[in-house]
Amino acid sequence: MTDLAHWPTDTADPSTEREIATETMTLNMGPQHPSTHGVLRLVLELDGEIVVKCTPIIGYLHTGIEKSCEDKTYHKVVPLTDRMDYLAPMLNNYAYCLAVEKLLGLEIPERAMYIRVMMAELTRIASHLVWLGTHAMDLGAMTVFFYAFRERERVLSMYEMLSGVRMMSSYFRIGGVSEDLPFGFEREVRTFLDDMERDRLDEYETLLTSNEIFIERSKGVGYISPQDALDMGLTGPPLRAAGIPWDNRKTCPYGGYEKFDFEIALGTNSDVYDRYKVRIKEMRESVKIARQALEGMPEGRFRAAHPRYTPPDKKMLATSMEALIHHFKYYTEGFHPPKGEVYVATETGKGELGCYLCSDGTPKPRRVHFRGPSFINLESLPKMAVGRPIADLVAAIGSIDIVLGEVDR
Amino acid sequence: MPDPTPESNSAPMEEALLPPTSPPPPLSVEGLKERFGDQQLAVTDFFGELTMVIPAEALLDVCHRLKESPEYNFNVCMDISAVDHLPRQPRFDVNYHLASVPAGHRLRVKVMLPGPDPIIESVTSLWGTANWWEREVYDLMGVVFTHHPDLRRIQMPEDWVGHPHRRDYPTGKYAVTFTPPPPGFEPGK
Repeated sequence: MTDLAHWPTDTADPSTEREIATETMTLNMGPQHPSTHGVLRLVLELDGEIVVKCTPIIGYLHTGIEKSCEDKTYHKVVPLTDRMDYLAPMLNNYAYCLAVEKLLGLEIPERAMYIRVMMAELTRIASHLVWLGTHAMDLGAMTVFFYAFRERERVLSMYEMLSGVRMMSSYFRIGGVSEDLPFGFEREVRTFLDDMERDRLDEYETLLTSNEIFIERSKGVGYISPQDALDMGLTGPPLRAAGIPWDNRKTCPYGGYEKFDFEIALGTNSDVYDRYKVRIKEMRESVKIARQALEGMPEGRFRAAHPRYTPPDKKMLATSMEALIHHFKYYTEGFHPPKGEVYVATETGKGELGCYLCSDGTPKPRRVHFRGPSFINLESLPKMAVGRPIADLVAAIGSIDIVLGEVDR
Repeated sequence: MPDPTPESNSAPMEEALLPPTSPPPPLSVEGLKERFGDQQLAVTDFFGELTMVIPAEALLDVCHRLKESPEYNFNVCMDISAVDHLPRQPRFDVNYHLASVPAGHRLRVKVMLPGPDPIIESVTSLWGTANWWEREVYDLMGVVFTHHPDLRRIQMPEDWVGHPHRRDYPTGKYAVTFTPPPPGFEPGK
């Protein structure tokens, strides 16, 4: 509260006018606030409408996923990873499975590799579509939301075709994927990619790219210098919007991405508008990659056949006693990986999702740690927001694209 | 569709920040051993991932040299995490996953700390991103980082007792927030 004793009594006197006490106001934003995208809480110090200090407070969605992983055998961790970034479940499965496969030294079949790349890119599109809809809604454009969710729904139906579940699909498994592609799936993907390429992405751009209000709200907003971006460990579209072509699919390729032809989407200005442009470009590139994976899809197994590290084929269980024993042992005891530790860096729609895995030779991991991109990208929010009005803060939060399930894990 | 040309509000990108155009020569175990030979360290290669184990006192010095020397240039600290190796002594591993954007390298720097009250120097002066990572490691594993600007809990509530990621902290036993715990109940015991 303002101390009334310090208030000048005669404001007409110019010598006392300077002494007018001004103070900043502390405002609590969130955790239940529509533009904080979940349960993010920000403690803002405001000078009028200008943000002087911004302190993010997280942890409202902390579910102890990393701790729970230590209680499960390796293959049972996969469903937990779905729940981190719940808008891109397959990309989380991907990072975890790659880490386990690296630890085991397991080669995965070509077909599984292609299915994974295709599904990862469709997931990236779905994740970007949710971002696009909600971000545009934050900035006052309601319509984009309906368009974006219309297309996202189609990706979710594809998940349903694959795994029976719309969101928590757990489709990627250690050594490959859980099932082969169902009948009619290729056609579904092809029509989706055709639609996206032909007009859907252009539709979104018609609504936003040269929209006067959108440009006013996003150009020059949420700026962070490339040096700061690297110092704060920013990855993903915000880093690429700053002009640094760092994309793990190119710079340290994993899971067969070196076979695909695509470009890194780049921005120049490191503001909210450029992050929007980068993500739109990324969706176009994802369509390209998914199409290459679809057209080049080889025949073969969808999961590696390993005597210890992958379960036997279902049809073998009816004829082979050994397969039945192996199946039982696999799902009850698990398998014993070699001792060691690995870190695998993958690129999700939000940035670098790293999976650190430490094994002590028992069927349960000693430690599973995820480098959630949202967590670290959120850390640079104060750098983007300070010195600008609250309305720009809302734009900046949207442009980072956080998912609180991944921030808090 | 008309594309509004953006007016650039940033300086031209410095060459030094851009990633390499061709795959870089991999880091070598011998090279690291030679470069940091004055420190007592071990370098291992597991599936192409280099791990450098260094004593806790050398952390700031080694990290500073890794970041500033032009041949390594590890300008991004991707991840900091800790592992509890109970009952091993030293009990805790703190892992720093570094990445070099200009050179395209990755390296894990590992420090082993004795339990149950591990203390280590903070690297926030080198990488800004270490701030939240160290808070998380402190919160969940109980590693204290000295000279950290703001060492508070980040995931758990501020009044939480214990560090949930330690191996001697049981799962499935927790006090429900908003209800008074039964007398004598202590989380983590």
